[in-house]
Amino acid sequence: MADKKIVDGRGSFCPGPLMELIVALKASQIGDELEVLSTDKGSASDIPEWLNKVGHEYISTTESEGVWHINLRKSK
Amino acid sequence: MASGKICVVVVSGTLERLQMAAMVASVAAVSGQDVLVFLSMNALTYFVKGNTLKAPHEGEMGGLIASKKVPEFKTLFEQAVELGDAKIYPCSMAMDILGVEQEGLEGYLENATGLTKFLHDANDGQIWTF
Repeated sequence: MADKKIVDGRGSFCPGPLMELIVALKASQIGDELEVLSTDKGSASDIPEWLNKVGHEYISTTESEGVWHINLRKSK
Repeated sequence: MASGKICVVVVSGTLERLQMAAMVASVAAVSGQDVLVFLSMNALTYFVKGNTLKAPHEGEMGGLIASKKVPEFKTLFEQAVELGDAKIYPCSMAMDILGVEQEGLEGYLENATGLTKFLHDANDGQIWTF
């Protein structure tokens, strides 16, 4: 498995982190794991919704010191 | 993959409305929906190449948006096209009034469209107006 890619969306507001994730997904292979960093709480709830809607695997979300870490796997 | 068509009609030239229209268009497009955008009235001028005019804000939120790291509405519209295959149509009437040709508009816009064709294309979708 490839190393986990970090998508740094910290400081950006909705839908900035989602758009940065989509750019990163386009450059990734199926099976790659990615982690989005976001300081925008809305994005932390919106990105899992988007993953479920379009069909990528949502793994987990954790929050630490005001930064949300959203883990996922490219599935298609 | 498409799950419904969203048609976004943008006529306002204020920051809050342009921002919300761009958010709806971009998020819908990257979520697999067919997205058509029609730019007319005060909205079109921002898509004239070289126009550096800043959209005025209506209220508190617009002022905050302008001062924070919020994606610019033009960037979101461009991403709607590049990442989600949205189609953005400049209104032919607004182009005539502004005196701008197709080459004078941003390259990610489709060819000029009249209201009759847009309404026909939008017939089987939701219409969102800003």
